[in-house]
Amino acid sequence: MTTEVHRTTSYDADERGWFGGPEQGWGGRFMPEALVAALDELTEAWHEAMADPAFVAEFDAILRDYGGMPSPLYHAERLSRQVGARILLKREDLNHTGAHKIRNVLGQALLTKRMGKTRVIAETGAGQHGVASATAAAYFGLDCTVYMGAVDTRRQALNVARMHLLGAEVVPVESGSATLKDAINEALRDWVASVDRTAYLFGTAAGPHPFPSMVRDFTRGIGDEARAQVLERYGVLPDAIAACVGGGSNAIGLFTAFLDDEGVAIHGFEPGGEGVDTPRHAATIHAGEKGVLHGARTYVLQDADGQTIESHSISAGLDYPGVGPQHAHLAATGRVTYTPVTDVEAMDAMALLSRTEGIIPAIESAHAVAGAMRVARELAAEKGPDATVLINLSGRGDKDMGTAIEWFGLGRTEAEISDDVTEEPVG
Amino acid sequence: MTRTTTVTASTAFERARAEGRAALVGYLPAGYPDVAGGIDALKALVDSGCDVIEIGLPYSDPVMDGPTIQAAAQAALEGGVRTTDVLRTVEAVAATGTPTLVMTYWNPVERYGVPRFAADLASAGGAGLITPDLTPDSAPEWIAAADEHGLDKVFLVAPSSTDERIAMTTAACRGFVYATGIMGVTGTTQTTAAAVAPLVARTRALSPEGSDLPVGVGVGVSTGDQAADLAEHVDGVIVGSAFVRRLLDHADDRPAGLRALGALAEELAAGVRRG
Repeated sequence: MTTEVHRTTSYDADERGWFGGPEQGWGGRFMPEALVAALDELTEAWHEAMADPAFVAEFDAILRDYGGMPSPLYHAERLSRQVGARILLKREDLNHTGAHKIRNVLGQALLTKRMGKTRVIAETGAGQHGVASATAAAYFGLDCTVYMGAVDTRRQALNVARMHLLGAEVVPVESGSATLKDAINEALRDWVASVDRTAYLFGTAAGPHPFPSMVRDFTRGIGDEARAQVLERYGVLPDAIAACVGGGSNAIGLFTAFLDDEGVAIHGFEPGGEGVDTPRHAATIHAGEKGVLHGARTYVLQDADGQTIESHSISAGLDYPGVGPQHAHLAATGRVTYTPVTDVEAMDAMALLSRTEGIIPAIESAHAVAGAMRVARELAAEKGPDATVLINLSGRGDKDMGTAIEWFGLGRTEAEISDDVTEEPVG
Repeated sequence: MTRTTTVTASTAFERARAEGRAALVGYLPAGYPDVAGGIDALKALVDSGCDVIEIGLPYSDPVMDGPTIQAAAQAALEGGVRTTDVLRTVEAVAATGTPTLVMTYWNPVERYGVPRFAADLASAGGAGLITPDLTPDSAPEWIAAADEHGLDKVFLVAPSSTDERIAMTTAACRGFVYATGIMGVTGTTQTTAAAVAPLVARTRALSPEGSDLPVGVGVGVSTGDQAADLAEHVDGVIVGSAFVRRLLDHADDRPAGLRALGALAEELAAGVRRG
């Protein structure tokens, strides 16, 4: 690939982590003083590493030889015919461990090694980031402790087992709502007490500076690769690109390479849960208010007193009441359009992609597929069949089969299904 | 709004200094076991010898707090405590004449509106804020609002703080500076004078010349002996989780909880006088 990669964009944070400058106030660092020295140390190490060709080359080699990247760009022809526009999928589901998340953890763990620390901690919701962290820790020979909401450890026993097999310790978190946000709180508490030898592998492009920008740097290969792949194959940039947004690491990973391509429309699809007019959703940008959560100022689902409201999404990976601060900035400037996609729309897209392309997507990624189909139909009406939409297929759906079995009633006999239909004709 | 009656934290520290001892700072969250019960408990701390009161504003995501304070704060939130209830609690406790600060994570203040929070805290008789997740370099709006209302600004220093940051932090503090005795969260590990001595010495050396900024040590203090041990080296001994523990242990017998609370406060108050 010959396309030049621009290391910076017009939407980067300043040196203190403010996106859009301190007057806009997105991002920053709202953290206990006890952690500031560690965050400063991390910031310096990250800057030095990104400027060191040896580090960048080592990272690229690990992604290639161990992680299976660059991931392919795939023209989904049958899906394209259905919508009347060209649909391209960036196949991050084919990476080692089945998602884009391996890029982030390998980058952060390589940096941990470089900093001479011997232990990593991580938070996880459904367990994907926990499994990725345990994988990176095993690869680099680091001790690993993963904090996971107690509710989630029961729901995701398979991922707990995977982490154990990879040699990680899994700590169930009972405090608060016992879900992802509480796992982050507990990991931060661990870090306050262990910071001299421990690195915190943050799972998404959120949190205090430098995490939003550092995680972006480790995931931006998604967009850098895809942009070069599209140009090489079609000679033009896509009309639109799309990704799902929970905390927003796969989205910022895709978006970064295209932020300064003015002709490319950029879409982020948020988890609309049971609908943004109900309390059960996680559409933070659409329905949240400016606030501070987990060290950054961003959009937060919060009540009138600033208490965090529990989010809901059928997709555990998107079920977070905050969002990365760069996304807040990109929404506020209008560069990226963020729209909710409901549980129903996402599950429909999961089934559609499975049946038309033989690709079972993660439910997270199915949100991007569902939203991108809407965009593609509009573009097709405007531009015809050459209209091109690039979707980040951020992960594979094996982990979601429990949810799919329940949602679609899979694995039952024809007789059981027809009984259901008789009892509930509406379905 | 001009206040004439509010006692600031510095007044209490000066008084303790004049008596040749450290001040005792007592913490409890507002709204636990309920708003009225919380006020009773805080008044028991005042009656039993606390020189300064810290009222915790219960928050859904308290990253600096260990399980004890989390449990009480969560119970308070489940009981429906609001930010206005916290201000009501401040008013009731400050009326005793004991300097009363609010310890709060940042988001509830930002949500309430920083200038409005400062104005309402001042008119409730509150002395100021302790901000565990807001450092002075991220706090221009709070510093401006606090200065306008003459409120105390208590920021934290930690063993991991660089000299440069300790100098910056102490320069921004008014009332006292809160030194976290250990690297860790509240209520999980014990502090000793030997362990905190280096941080206290650095903090004193790096405070602005002539400011005489009192140094309070918190996180990891729970007994009279520890208080006595620490009091020799610091201006203030801050106790939170150990008080909260007394209330949690007597959740179904409030009078017993208040007695236990008072007994611990008396033990600690005697401790800071032994130091």
